[in-house]
Amino acid sequence: MPAIVVEGLERAFDEVLAVQGIDLAVQEGEIYGFLGPNGAGKTTTVRMLTTLLLPTGGQATVAGHDVVKEARAVRGTIGVALQEAALDPLMTGRELIRLQATLQGIPTEEGKRRADDLLERVDLSAAADRRVGGYSGGMQRRLDLAAALVHEPRVLFLDEPTTGLDPVSRKTIWEEVRALNDEGTTVFLTTQYLEEADQLADNVGIIDSGRIVAEGTPESLKAEIGHPHVQLTLAEGSVAQAEAICAPLGRLLPPKDGKKVLVEVENGAADIPRVVRALDEAGVAVESLELVRPTLDDVFVEKTGYHLEEESEESAEKEPVEA
Amino acid sequence: MTGLATNLRVVRALGMRSIRQTFRRPQLMAPIVVFPTLLLAIQTGGAGAAIHLPGFPPVQSFLQFMLAGAMMQSLMLAGNSGGIALAVDIEMGFTDRLFSSPIPRFAIVLGRLAGTAALGLFSALWFLAIGLIFGAEIVSGVPGALIAIVLVTACALAVGGIGAAIALRTGSASVVQGLFPLVLVVLFLSSAFFPESLMIQPAQAIAEYNPLSLVVNGIRNPMISGINASDLIDAVLAIAGIVVLGLVLSARALRHRLRVG
Repeated sequence: MPAIVVEGLERAFDEVLAVQGIDLAVQEGEIYGFLGPNGAGKTTTVRMLTTLLLPTGGQATVAGHDVVKEARAVRGTIGVALQEAALDPLMTGRELIRLQATLQGIPTEEGKRRADDLLERVDLSAAADRRVGGYSGGMQRRLDLAAALVHEPRVLFLDEPTTGLDPVSRKTIWEEVRALNDEGTTVFLTTQYLEEADQLADNVGIIDSGRIVAEGTPESLKAEIGHPHVQLTLAEGSVAQAEAICAPLGRLLPPKDGKKVLVEVENGAADIPRVVRALDEAGVAVESLELVRPTLDDVFVEKTGYHLEEESEESAEKEPVEA
Repeated sequence: MTGLATNLRVVRALGMRSIRQTFRRPQLMAPIVVFPTLLLAIQTGGAGAAIHLPGFPPVQSFLQFMLAGAMMQSLMLAGNSGGIALAVDIEMGFTDRLFSSPIPRFAIVLGRLAGTAALGLFSALWFLAIGLIFGAEIVSGVPGALIAIVLVTACALAVGGIGAAIALRTGSASVVQGLFPLVLVVLFLSSAFFPESLMIQPAQAIAEYNPLSLVVNGIRNPMISGINASDLIDAVLAIAGIVVLGLVLSARALRHRLRVG
């Protein structure tokens, strides 16, 4: 049974259609990666699915409940950690988790026990009685995640859980997401990081300008756009000569930097000896050789015409950061 | 646990958070305690002779007269501070945490108002203590003090409703903070700091119809003259009117916020 079903979901803000009739289904126990640049409609979609924003069209169910007609039932089954960790800097970590337990209707003593367990789980026991305002970004994200788990939700929404975190904190969050998923929690994760979607998601939906432009497993999406290619850097000899030699072995891709020859190979690593042998027999010296597999960025480029991470970096540069 | 009991527990927890937040953020606490106390000290020290003006109600001291005004100022600013704190919650996304929980959304507003009412209670006790320490007599004794405590607490809740409505509608702490001078204007155009009968027009007419004057009179008269049922009923009705207005505006603003996200 799908944990999330979305049909023709739309959200307009005045004249702007931020989400333009998207459809998707997330199976129970799955990690669904919702990938797209800033402003693509990821957060708007999450806010509708978590009942924080009313859709202006279409419908959606979460854990079998309609997000508009049965909003309260939806809220009883979901955990939410939004893009900006929604924490009160004046509260302590322990106070926050206990408050969250109360909001979820968990009896006081049980709430205290779960707060202690969760703080232990996210390695914040030592900082539990310090004010959240003094936590690092990674600690705040872990606390936010712990708060989202206090009622053991069936479906967990994580909106860009690692944006702005250092690599170590990012890996810690990934490990926790994997562990939660192993315990049976369905995870709907938005991200603008290709590696995050690739590492974590069972299925990926790519959203751009409010529309889903591609959907599938990371592997199937990558396979859809082509085979791996061999990237050759020549020690001597011309690119044209090398291309003429490689042409019968696979589809030639546009050369990189004018020096690197790119040959698409159907069988991946198994085709490398053929390429090396052909060049060697023709006396073309190769400085280095690399087998390059398609990435989700290639998929993104294929579907949208631009690179996701460049776009994200540009957007990040453009957006003012609150002091 | 029943739904009602759970909701009451949520309101209590959010009210406690609201109180802790105020005590931990000096800029929220200062307007509730420090400013009204300073104003009370300055006015009673500098304008004490006003009680000898012809037409001034008979009082033991200017401090006795001013206590109700100081309580009123404090509770009004408690309502304003509650609105600012709610707007800060909206700005930093904390209300999203609350709105995505399976509780009636109005419980979130009620939690905030419970906290504001508790601050009103604190304010009433603080100024009663100051009054008694500095020799102000409460003519009707303990019943008069209890009336003051109840009316100040209830009025803080009522004014908090207006502050919450503005916060929910605008989602901006600076907008709510910008109302701070307006609060003082509305107070000065009531009988909080000066008897209506000694005001000149049009201030006197405005003060006469200002519901805050009714509340102030309800708090003050048991302190300076004695309990009067008519004053008390007027004060309760004025507070009830502000409560209804605040709750209606809050409910509308809450719906608006959920519609626009």
